[in-house]
Amino acid sequence: MIGLEHILFISTALFFLGIYGFLTRRNLITMLMSVELVLNSVNLNFIAFHKYLWPSGMDGVFFTVFVIAIAAAEAAVAIAIIINLYKTHRSILVDTAEELKY
Amino acid sequence: MDAATIIFYLLAAMTLGSALLAVTSRQIFRSAIYLLFSLIGIAGIYFWLDYAFIAAVQIVVYVGGIVVLIIFSIFLTQQAGEDLPKPKWTQQLFAALAAFCGFALVLVQILQYGFTEVTQTGTAEEDRIGRLMLSTGEGGMAFPFELVSVLLLAAMIGCIVIAMRKSSNESSAIES
Amino acid sequence: MLSATNIALIPLLPLLGFVLLSLFGKQLKPFAGVLATVLILVSAVLTGGAAWTYFFANGRVNDVYQTIIPLNIEWLRFNDQLSIQMGLLLDPISVMMLVVVTLISLMVHIYSNSYMHGEKRFATYFAYLQLFTFSMLGLVLATNIFQTYFFWELVGVSSFLLIGYYYDKPSAVAASKKAFIVTRFADLGFLIGILVLSFYGGSLDFQTLIQQLTTPHTPALDAANKASFLGVSALTWGLSLVFIGGAGKSALFPLHIWLPDAMEGPTPVSALIHAATMVVAGVYLVARLFPIYAISAPELLAAIGWVGAISAVIAALIACTQTDIKRVLAYSTMSQIGYMMFALGVSGYGGEAGLGFTASMFHLFTHALFKALLFLGAGAVIHAVHSNEMHDMGGLRKQMPITHISFLIACLAIAGVPPLSGFFSKEEILLAAYQNNTPIYWIALITSGLTAFYMFRLYFRIFWNKPHTGHAHEASAIMWLPLVLLAVGAAFAGLIPFGELVSSDGKALHSELHLSFSIAPVALGVFGILIAAWLYGKQNAKPASIQSSLGGLFQAVYHKLYIDELYLFLTKSVVFALIAKPAAWIDQHIINAAVNGSASITQKISSNIKTWQSGKVQEYGLYFLGGVIGLAVLVLYIW
Repeated sequence: MIGLEHILFISTALFFLGIYGFLTRRNLITMLMSVELVLNSVNLNFIAFHKYLWPSGMDGVFFTVFVIAIAAAEAAVAIAIIINLYKTHRSILVDTAEELKY
Repeated sequence: MDAATIIFYLLAAMTLGSALLAVTSRQIFRSAIYLLFSLIGIAGIYFWLDYAFIAAVQIVVYVGGIVVLIIFSIFLTQQAGEDLPKPKWTQQLFAALAAFCGFALVLVQILQYGFTEVTQTGTAEEDRIGRLMLSTGEGGMAFPFELVSVLLLAAMIGCIVIAMRKSSNESSAIES
Repeated sequence: MLSATNIALIPLLPLLGFVLLSLFGKQLKPFAGVLATVLILVSAVLTGGAAWTYFFANGRVNDVYQTIIPLNIEWLRFNDQLSIQMGLLLDPISVMMLVVVTLISLMVHIYSNSYMHGEKRFATYFAYLQLFTFSMLGLVLATNIFQTYFFWELVGVSSFLLIGYYYDKPSAVAASKKAFIVTRFADLGFLIGILVLSFYGGSLDFQTLIQQLTTPHTPALDAANKASFLGVSALTWGLSLVFIGGAGKSALFPLHIWLPDAMEGPTPVSALIHAATMVVAGVYLVARLFPIYAISAPELLAAIGWVGAISAVIAALIACTQTDIKRVLAYSTMSQIGYMMFALGVSGYGGEAGLGFTASMFHLFTHALFKALLFLGAGAVIHAVHSNEMHDMGGLRKQMPITHISFLIACLAIAGVPPLSGFFSKEEILLAAYQNNTPIYWIALITSGLTAFYMFRLYFRIFWNKPHTGHAHEASAIMWLPLVLLAVGAAFAGLIPFGELVSSDGKALHSELHLSFSIAPVALGVFGILIAAWLYGKQNAKPASIQSSLGGLFQAVYHKLYIDELYLFLTKSVVFALIAKPAAWIDQHIINAAVNGSASITQKISSNIKTWQSGKVQEYGLYFLGGVIGLAVLVLYIW
């Protein structure tokens, strides 16, 4: 029988894969992709908790929907920023945008 | 081992495997495609969990929207066939270490916690979602719904402002 | 005539002049002097009216001159017990001083219109003069000791400004600094004295203070006498510190060193400030608090008398050797102020014993007239020959007859030749000294002979000695008019029955002249004049030979007894080397080093840790993740 722990294992693994990607990738678009993975792991958690722990309320489902909506907005803004950065720096490597140091 | 279990393991393997490939592949386009598969896998898990509406939203918004957007931006900023730069090994080591430690910590916590699962597992009927989404009563989500719609509007305007062509002297100032 | 408005206008008009001239001096340029003179004239007329009314109509009740306070407003209020007033106080000495200040100031203003003509900072000069006059009048009219202090400092500032008027001349700048620092140093004593006196007297007000500290066996007086520091009672300390303030302003030995240097200022300024008015402020201050000195601290008063006597004789000796005519006059001023001071010192309070007080005030009055005249005359001479040195002068009596005659009158007056004004006041002083303190009387007698000698040395060297070679000419009418007016004053002021008007307790004091007593000083004065005439009447070798025969003694006196050098030694070798240098070392190597060290350590640490701010997003992410995991472990397993 598949229980809550199985799904939580998937979501945790997905979360830390996203973190690993975020920390190692040097291209901003791939970093964005890693962030999407992190967001999805959270969604999965919400659904799992809703299904197995508290099915009477609908909050888990709604949060998932809202997170998806916010993720879409975030992706749009992030890509706009990335494209702007590409215009000014001719590169989207994260090391090229280091002006904010010290 | 019944069919449902097998399907679940298949979906899990697909999700995690393609996610791993998505964060390690040296070719950005492939990376995006792996991400696509990973997201589809998650949609499959939603189906498997009997949340058809969420799975549909996942497919429509993520697979149909965000990933397409990402692929577009890759086309705009990347020369095709070029490998991604290799990350520094120290960076890789520390990131892997931190991720593994975090993973281990969370997993240990999950296994130790001892969730008390309900006997009647829940699901989400579409009409219930629709009603509650626009309801202002008990459990109603009308206010967050409006809030998210305002957020989306703001994001839209923000994108337009950021991506808008700058006047010539402004852009030259930035370039210099 | 004694209404608050009238009296208040006397000091306020010069203040108005100061404000107007400071703001619009450039626009007013040629009229600045006229405006200032007119304001002072109005002030002087008001003073004249007030003085007449006070002395001959309203002031005397039952044969005693009353203290009238037409105005006393609260200026600073600290709490219910302590508040500082600003007001106007009229009593015989303040009215007398009002007359002196406005009269001399008026003369100097008129004179300056011509003397300073063509100066670049003409309006500024008059603005400063007005400021000085205002402050001096405020000082004279003060109802409480703090108001006195306030105007005392204002007087000091305006004196500083006027000495340093030619600020492009390094010696003038040095002189103004010297005057300021020396008097400031003395004023510190004054301030502490004020605090001590008012602490025990329970008030800043002169009348309350005097009443509290002179009535026998009041709690205040007992407390002040009982408290002691270094074996001297608090009252004596307070009074001596106040006297030190006065001594600094009045250039008494050993705080006199600034006065000769102050002659760097324009000559009319020297006449006003450094001869007639400001330098007698110290005498005025002691006179103001005289009941306390005389009744509660008579031994201190005697010491003051000795300080005055020593100042008088030392200054007279130095004056005999100087060649700069303004410096001769400066030392003469110092000597005469010494006279006034020891006259106070030998005086008692009330009745016949108060003769010294009356004499001191009388001499203050006559001295103001003839010394201002001497300075203005010297100014006219300097204006004519463009030099301060005696050897550039000589034989000027033909070219400058009016200056010559007025100068002669002033010299005779200061030498104490009857019936000129100086004779009367000096006789009174000598008489008071003779009655109370014989050693001081002998010193005073010698000083009076010396005075006659050095004044006539000055006179002969300017107007006789050798035939004049240059083309000096008589001063303009605007300049000689004040000379003539002052000469009339200097000649006849002695006939004023001063004892009737001014005395220590307000009752009239009938002093009579004993002809037999006058013989010694007058004879000595005439002797001094004759020696001066013999030595300097014609150009000859006698003075030089006397100089060389006196040798080292002459040199010592010529160099002002090396008092300046002593001060320099004290400050440079003792204060700077033994106190200032170690203090500077501690400041540099310990305090500053600690401050700088902490700064540089902070800088090093920050320059090391700033590399953590690499600007790399992923590094920040790693730190963040590490922090979160660390916190989680901390909360879950360790806490």
